[in-house]
Amino acid sequence: MNAPLLVFFVLATMAVLGALNLILQRHPIHSALSLIVVMVALAGLYLLMGAEFVAAVQIIVYGGAIMVLFVFVIMLLNAGVEEHTNASKLAGIAGVPLAVALMGFLAAAVARSTDTVQAAAQTGAVAPTKALANLLFQGFVYPFELTSFLILVAILGAIVLAQREKA
Amino acid sequence: MVPTHYYLILSAVLFGLGVVAFVFKRNIITIFMSIELMLNAVNLAFVAFSQALNKLDGQVFVLFVIVVAAAEAAVGLGIIILIARNRQSLNVERVDLLKL
Amino acid sequence: MIDFLAQHADILITLVKIALLLFIVLTVNAYLTWFERKVVAHMQSRWGPHRVGPHGLLQPLADGAKFLLKEDPTPAGVDKFTYYLAPLMALALALTSIAIIPFGPDPLRIFGRDVYLGIVDLNIGLLALFAITALSVYGVALAGWSSNSKYPLLGGLRSSAQMVSYELALTMSVVGVLLSAGSFSLRDIIGAQASPRLGVFGWNIFPQILGFLCFFVAAVAETNRVPFDLPEAESELVAGFHTEYASFKFAMFFIAEYTSMITVSCLCSIMFFGGWLSPFPASWTFTHFLPSAILIPFGLWVIWDGIRYETIFGRIILPGLGTVITALGALLVVFPAVNEFIQGPFWLLSKIFVFLFVYVWMRGTLPRFRYDQLMSFGWKLLLPVSLANAVITASWILVRGGQ
Repeated sequence: MNAPLLVFFVLATMAVLGALNLILQRHPIHSALSLIVVMVALAGLYLLMGAEFVAAVQIIVYGGAIMVLFVFVIMLLNAGVEEHTNASKLAGIAGVPLAVALMGFLAAAVARSTDTVQAAAQTGAVAPTKALANLLFQGFVYPFELTSFLILVAILGAIVLAQREKA
Repeated sequence: MVPTHYYLILSAVLFGLGVVAFVFKRNIITIFMSIELMLNAVNLAFVAFSQALNKLDGQVFVLFVIVVAAAEAAVGLGIIILIARNRQSLNVERVDLLKL
Repeated sequence: MIDFLAQHADILITLVKIALLLFIVLTVNAYLTWFERKVVAHMQSRWGPHRVGPHGLLQPLADGAKFLLKEDPTPAGVDKFTYYLAPLMALALALTSIAIIPFGPDPLRIFGRDVYLGIVDLNIGLLALFAITALSVYGVALAGWSSNSKYPLLGGLRSSAQMVSYELALTMSVVGVLLSAGSFSLRDIIGAQASPRLGVFGWNIFPQILGFLCFFVAAVAETNRVPFDLPEAESELVAGFHTEYASFKFAMFFIAEYTSMITVSCLCSIMFFGGWLSPFPASWTFTHFLPSAILIPFGLWVIWDGIRYETIFGRIILPGLGTVITALGALLVVFPAVNEFIQGPFWLLSKIFVFLFVYVWMRGTLPRFRYDQLMSFGWKLLLPVSLANAVITASWILVRGGQ
């Protein structure tokens, strides 16, 4: 049990507990806070894998902008505690075993295929931001320009949707 | 070092939990958050493979996924605000006007 | 026991550094409040705190005691978890950002190990600081919402919208600095400004003056200080997002705000003013006596002022304090090795002090922005200017044939 493995288990437990808390909490603001915990745990895992730029972008964009949007909308819409209806109780009783089965199947499939994924190439090296930037702006420049267009479309869409009707 | 399949199992578990939350929760905003959880699980798998194969393409793709998730969150939350204004409720069971 | 210490020496040294830095930052916070009250008071032709100890020096202790002992009411109907989480989050994030800042170039040699001043030097140091700034929006937004009251909700929403808007301008305005340094690490940024040919003109303030102005204005807006403190000012919206917070939780928000002021001052000095580099050329070695030249006369003046002070307590404490300061100054003259070591931290601390003074000066002088003026300033003026700065810097580097 060396240090990286210990850090992995701590962060993985944090992520799974956060995801479970998202399901079990009744008020959406508490679910949002659990999701922020999951994102910070995942950023820690990216740092453990040496992807430092992706970890920083994850916290800045996902944790600091997207989740802030969620929290704002929950506050503005005054979302209350969820109600339990008949349909949700039925879904809970019938569905939880199925969900556990799905996760178990996925995990077993992954664990059984360890020979196809080479673990030998892990040098523990840290991905330099310069190399990432070179790849992004030279190899992937066309998708990059397309995503900037996508963001423009999303901004226009959000403005049009959230406008009040001009009486 | 941490074996790659540990990260992949964690990614599968998080994805499964996202699916569970998507199917069982009744609040629109919580359902939307479970979509973000699923996207995060996929990001983790991408970075794990990028480290295993020692190429940076996985991390570039993660950046694109984050950008697309941001755009989707902005528009999706706009739609949610409109639904809340029109139906006065955030429960998905109330948004059933197209039902037979 | 000794070999346990020797094996885990790295972790132990880091823990000791963290404890020491925490203690220093909290003390500096407390005396920053004293400094602010004194300076603003003197700008307004009055004295400020001067009763609680000689020259009011024990006022922070009195304030601390008040915060700890006051009644701490929790309003009815608050969301308990979020209500208690918000000040904790604000404080934890503000204190974490101090860990990334380097305080000196040379390491200390202790027990045969090199101990660098500064807890950690991340490869992505600056980006990590922006990540922490991005997360601190939650402290404000959750505090406003969980208080179950209209004024804090409005104040919290306004304040977090302001912070999110100015975060963009903040990040874009340092792109010029990052392009010229070629790295996110704060030590490398200072290293890139150390040019023996240009001396003080190699500092980033000269090519990046526009970037510095954008960064400073955006950072003042991020920390919710005057002139951008509409969401938390005393005469507007009651007290904004921390209305319903009482003694110790309010103190946590207070400490978080002053700590982020200190962090912003550190960043300004490191990124634009050369950090620990001296403005004088390296050949002027007589300038190495500047710390002693400041400390010794200041210590003597404190002794002279203390001898004639009004209260008996002041007549004992102040000469003692003055003797300590004079002894420190004399120590630097007697031990040149210590003097050489202290040069870097001395210059960095002086620059941080100057920026903190500018912060306090703005508090005493400027009126505050109205909220719509604030938002249009951030989006319509500051963001385009910082983008233009990034584009101009990038084109300049491209034309000059950099990497």
